[in-house]
Amino acid sequence: MTGEPLVQAQGIRKVYGRRRVLDDVRLEVRGGEAVVLLGPNGAGKTTLLRILATLTRPTRGVARVAGFDCVAEPEAVRRRLGYVGHGPWVYDDLTALENLRFWATLGGLRAARDDLRAALAAVDLEAVADERARTFSEGMRRRLAFARLLLTRPTVVLLDEPFAGLDPRGAKWLERHLAELRARGGALLVTTHSFGRGLAVADRIAILAGGRVALDTPVGTLGADDVQRLYELHAEPAP
Amino acid sequence: MTYVRRAWIVLWKDVLSERRSKATLNGVLFFALLLLFLFAFALGPDRERLAASLPGVLWLGALLAGLVSLGRTFLAEREHGCWEGLLLAPGDKSAIYLGKTAGNLVLMLGVEAVLLALVAVFFNVDLGGALAALVPVLLLGSVGMAAVGTLFAAMTAHVRARELLFPVLLLPTLVPVLLAAVEATAAVLAGEPLGAVGAWLTLLGAADAVYLTVGVLAAEAVLEG
Repeated sequence: MTGEPLVQAQGIRKVYGRRRVLDDVRLEVRGGEAVVLLGPNGAGKTTLLRILATLTRPTRGVARVAGFDCVAEPEAVRRRLGYVGHGPWVYDDLTALENLRFWATLGGLRAARDDLRAALAAVDLEAVADERARTFSEGMRRRLAFARLLLTRPTVVLLDEPFAGLDPRGAKWLERHLAELRARGGALLVTTHSFGRGLAVADRIAILAGGRVALDTPVGTLGADDVQRLYELHAEPAP
Repeated sequence: MTYVRRAWIVLWKDVLSERRSKATLNGVLFFALLLLFLFAFALGPDRERLAASLPGVLWLGALLAGLVSLGRTFLAEREHGCWEGLLLAPGDKSAIYLGKTAGNLVLMLGVEAVLLALVAVFFNVDLGGALAALVPVLLLGSVGMAAVGTLFAAMTAHVRARELLFPVLLLPTLVPVLLAAVEATAAVLAGEPLGAVGAWLTLLGAADAVYLTVGVLAAEAVLEG
C-alpha cells in the first residue's frame, strides 16, 4: 500500500560543461515504496540522487522531496531526508559513539547516550562503540553511516550503492531495516549494481540509461535473471 | 539554544580530533620552532635590535603558523565526504562557521603560548612583566585571524589551487589586524600600560567584529558553494 508521492523528479536535466548527464528524467517514489535505480557507470544515478538530496542543482526541471522543492526549499527537504552517498561521513579520530553524537547534535537532535548506543547496537557496532573509527573497515564505516539514519528516522531515504563494502550479514541487516522504513510509510530510492540485492528491497526498478529513465516497472514476479535481461536490453548498447 | 549546541559540537569535534591526532599541532609547533631559530640567528645578540624586532617576530610566527593550521581547517571534511554532511545538516550554517572559528582560535592560542615561551628562551627576554597586557592583544589579534582565516579556508576548500589562493586572499585582508597587533605588542613589550594602546585595541576589536559579522553572514553562501 503506497501513499503520497514523496520523491518527484520532473523533467530533470543536468549538464556538466558540454556533457548532458541527465535529460528529462521523470521518476516518482511514493510513501511506503522502494525504487531501485539501475544503470551503467556514468548513467547519472549519483547525480540524480545528489539533486534530490539538495547537493547539486539541476540545470532544468523540478525535483521535490516530501512536497518541497529541492532548489527553493532545501532546508525543508533536508529536515526530512536521510542520505548516504559514497562518503561515509566518518571522522577518523572520533570513536563510533562520538561520530554518531556529532552528526545527531549537528542535525538538531538531542540524542541520549542510550539512544546512540542502541543505534550502534542495531548496526552491530556496539562492541566497537568506544573505538576510534580510524581502525574501521569500509563495511563498518558504512554501517556507522546507516546508524545515523536510525537515529534521525527520515521520511525519505536516498542511498547510493548501499550494499558496497557490506558483508552478507550487513546486507541482510540493511534489507531488514529498509523494509521497516517502507512499512512506516517512508520512501526509498536506492542505486545499486547488484540486481539480487536490489530486487530484495525494491517495489519497482528503474533503469537509467542515456540520461533518461529507460524503464520503470514494478518488480512483481521478476527474478534476477529477468532484471539482467531487461538491463541488457535497455542499459547496454547493442554490439 | 540549538544554534549554540551546533556551534559547540563542531568546536568539540575539532579540538578532540586535534588533541588525539596532533596532526596540525605537531607540524605547526615544529614550524614555529624553526622560524624562531632562524630569526635568532639572523638577528644576532644585539638587544636593541632584538627589542625592536620582537613584536614583528612574534606576529610573523603566529601568522605563518596560522597560515599552515588555518589552511587545514576543512581537511577532515574533504577526506571522508563529511562536507556533504555539514551541508545537509539542517539549520543555520553560520553555527558551523563559528564552531570552526572557535576551534581554530583554540589551536592558535595554544601555538602562541608556546611561541611566547620559545621567544623568551631564544631571545633571552623576560616577558613576565608584560604578559598580563600581552594576553588581550594576542587574543584580539587571534580572533581576527581565526575569523577571516576560517572563512577563506571554507571558500578555497574545493579550489584546485587552494594552497596558493588561500594565503593570497588571507594576507591582504589581515593587514589591519597585523598592523594593530604588532603596534600594540610593541608598546606593551616596551612597558607601556594597556590603556596606552587603547586605539590599537579598538582597531583590533572593530576588525574582529567586522570579520566575524561578514563570516556569519557569508557562511551559508560560502559553505553551500
